[in-house]
Amino acid sequence: MRDYDRLLRVVSKAMIPFIVVFALYVQFHGDFGPGGGFQAGVILAAGLIFYSLIYGLENTKKLIPPRVVEVLTATGVSLYIFVGMIGIYRGSDFLDYSVLAQDAVHGQHYGIFLIELGVGITVFAVMVIIFYMFVGRRRES
Amino acid sequence: MDLFDNINYWIAMFQIVMGLFIVIASENLIKTLVGLGIFQSAVYIIYISPAKIFGGTAPIFVSNQEVYANPLPHVLILTAIVVGVATIALGLALVVRIYEAYGTLEEDKIQDIDLGANNDA
Amino acid sequence: MLSSQLPALQVVIPLVAAPICVFFRNPRIAWLIALIASSLTFMVSIGLFLQVQQLGVISYEMGNWSPPWGIEYRVDNVNAYILLIVSSIGALVTAYAYPSLKREIDTNRHYLFWTSYLLCLTGLLGVTITGDAFNIFVFLEISSLSTYVLIALGKSRLALYAAFRYLILGTIGATFIVIGIGLLYLMTGTLNLYDLASRLGDMDLAQPQLAALAFLTVGISLKLALFPLHLWLPNAYAFAPSVATSFLAATATKVAVYLLLRFAYDVFGKSQIFSELPLGEVLLVLSIVAMFVASTVAIYQDDVKRMFAYSSVAQIGYITLGASFASQTALTASIVHLFNHAITKGAIFLLLGIVAFQIGQPTFTKIKGLGKKMPWTSFGMVLCGLSLIGVPGTAGFISKWYLILAVLERGWWWLAAMILASSLLAILYIWRFVETAYFVTDAEDNTIELGSKIPFSMATVTVLFVLACLFFGFHTEFSVDSASEAARVLLEYTRQ
Repeated sequence: MRDYDRLLRVVSKAMIPFIVVFALYVQFHGDFGPGGGFQAGVILAAGLIFYSLIYGLENTKKLIPPRVVEVLTATGVSLYIFVGMIGIYRGSDFLDYSVLAQDAVHGQHYGIFLIELGVGITVFAVMVIIFYMFVGRRRES
Repeated sequence: MDLFDNINYWIAMFQIVMGLFIVIASENLIKTLVGLGIFQSAVYIIYISPAKIFGGTAPIFVSNQEVYANPLPHVLILTAIVVGVATIALGLALVVRIYEAYGTLEEDKIQDIDLGANNDA
Repeated sequence: MLSSQLPALQVVIPLVAAPICVFFRNPRIAWLIALIASSLTFMVSIGLFLQVQQLGVISYEMGNWSPPWGIEYRVDNVNAYILLIVSSIGALVTAYAYPSLKREIDTNRHYLFWTSYLLCLTGLLGVTITGDAFNIFVFLEISSLSTYVLIALGKSRLALYAAFRYLILGTIGATFIVIGIGLLYLMTGTLNLYDLASRLGDMDLAQPQLAALAFLTVGISLKLALFPLHLWLPNAYAFAPSVATSFLAATATKVAVYLLLRFAYDVFGKSQIFSELPLGEVLLVLSIVAMFVASTVAIYQDDVKRMFAYSSVAQIGYITLGASFASQTALTASIVHLFNHAITKGAIFLLLGIVAFQIGQPTFTKIKGLGKKMPWTSFGMVLCGLSLIGVPGTAGFISKWYLILAVLERGWWWLAAMILASSLLAILYIWRFVETAYFVTDAEDNTIELGSKIPFSMATVTVLFVLACLFFGFHTEFSVDSASEAARVLLEYTRQ
């Protein structure tokens, strides 16, 4: 706990919640306005990377272990495909959102929401994995 | 002015040539990747330029708006950007591994070491 | 109900399986998942092939958005055949892979290998099945990115550098393709290949059209390793893990050739462009140069895998030679050689995988006296070598026979002579293998020590491939008939 870090710590503690909330806003606003999973995932990952720059890689890895991140990458993709498969299961085509709910409008809404969620999770996890890979490298060797 | 009507395309062409030149001419692996990034971003400009409509808005229906921009090129380029990011990230990961294996990032030196390895085998 | 979903399942099954491998991490489970997924994919492609034979063109609307607005998957005789080739090889190579991988890659990295392998399969199948131009680019990049990973997983550090080189060149190729597609989109306002073809046919020839074709041709040629653009291939094939080499050598370049056929004959088929742009002539010249130069370079290689990688470049020359003139026989030759070369090269690299399993990276100094130590493997290599040369009774003969027929139809005796002459070069490099394996007997260099028995799965799959090389040399009903049907469909697209 060196002294000159204090300013950074205080400021980052104040800022990171806003970054996360903004990421969530972009995520959930994405189905009826500009935004969506790609951007939200990157913003969320930026928040985490910011945290790691201030508090160190070790603490970040305690917060979200690399293994969890790896599983998250796969989870997002699986969610995407799962939503697509429901379309086939309900007797329509792959990725047809209209059959997800009682009527087409609701179906489209659920569909794009879940798909963007899957995209968001994967993009976040991939960004963090790339960060872990590059930053963790030097300490090992 | 005729020249400025197509300024976007001139920039894109310049970027393509510049990026390819950097890829070909630089010996350093990281610089090669930088060239590749410049080269790829030229494509983004080529796609986005015709899709921009002055005064047009995002294609979300609003009652007082009449001009909308075509969203398709933007979405395509979002995809292309993601592909580009993945490529550069993978390229950098390879560069890190190459540096650990060879201890250098210069292409000619790596090739020298390569030839040595081939002769041993 | 399920039968109407086959086009989606073709791509979705390996795509589902890829993340599941990451969940489990266990090498054996990951392999099992890959095996199940690739076998299912193979069955789906058989189903699609039969459906196309019965019903003609199948069109599938992704997400129930009707084309040309939505993404359409469109299966006709051409890509049903290619899908069958890719997925069958994908499934068989998976069945072969487990022991070989165990020897060549850290077990805690196996799940990464299988994830990349399945994604690569997804990408290749996706490129083949999709009827949307931008979708082609996306799937192409999925397959390319996972290919770079597969190559980089090779044992030696040379694999890393080879993967990097391929990444640079492959990305330039893909970017060229996307520029070409962008120009087409700007001119026509559509991305659906079928729609593109009809709109380009109605359109007067304009400058961007020429530029688009040029960009697409160069980009695709990079991917298919047409002669001057082949530099990434030899090292990538030589240093990738044996399993990856067998899979890539048999499928990746073939899919790129399919793209070339699709764009040249289908998308630009009705356009006036070929009166302006001598694409056929350029391809012809480059193919001939590839046949000779790559074969000659192959003769001087020290590494057996590298030698056969150069031979691949030469063989691609035969395929593009057939594609360069628009006649029924020539296209049949080109497409049937896609198939025959896929099984022949697949068999050769699987055999080399067995050799690598026993003695490590196969160089010519190491394989002295191989014929005595591993008689069956060496004999298999000789049979496949004969197929590569094009000796009657092997698969390779059939494709060369049709190629020469096609050339003679045009009355180009000189070209027929050149095809035969380049086959002589193939004899030279195959002979070099035979000589080293069977006739070099000095005992002091003979360092082959057999580690263990060849595992059952590796042996079975390899024998299947080698027998296929012979089988399709005698029974051509399947390979040639489907190929000529595909050629007929392609030529129909070009008819005004």
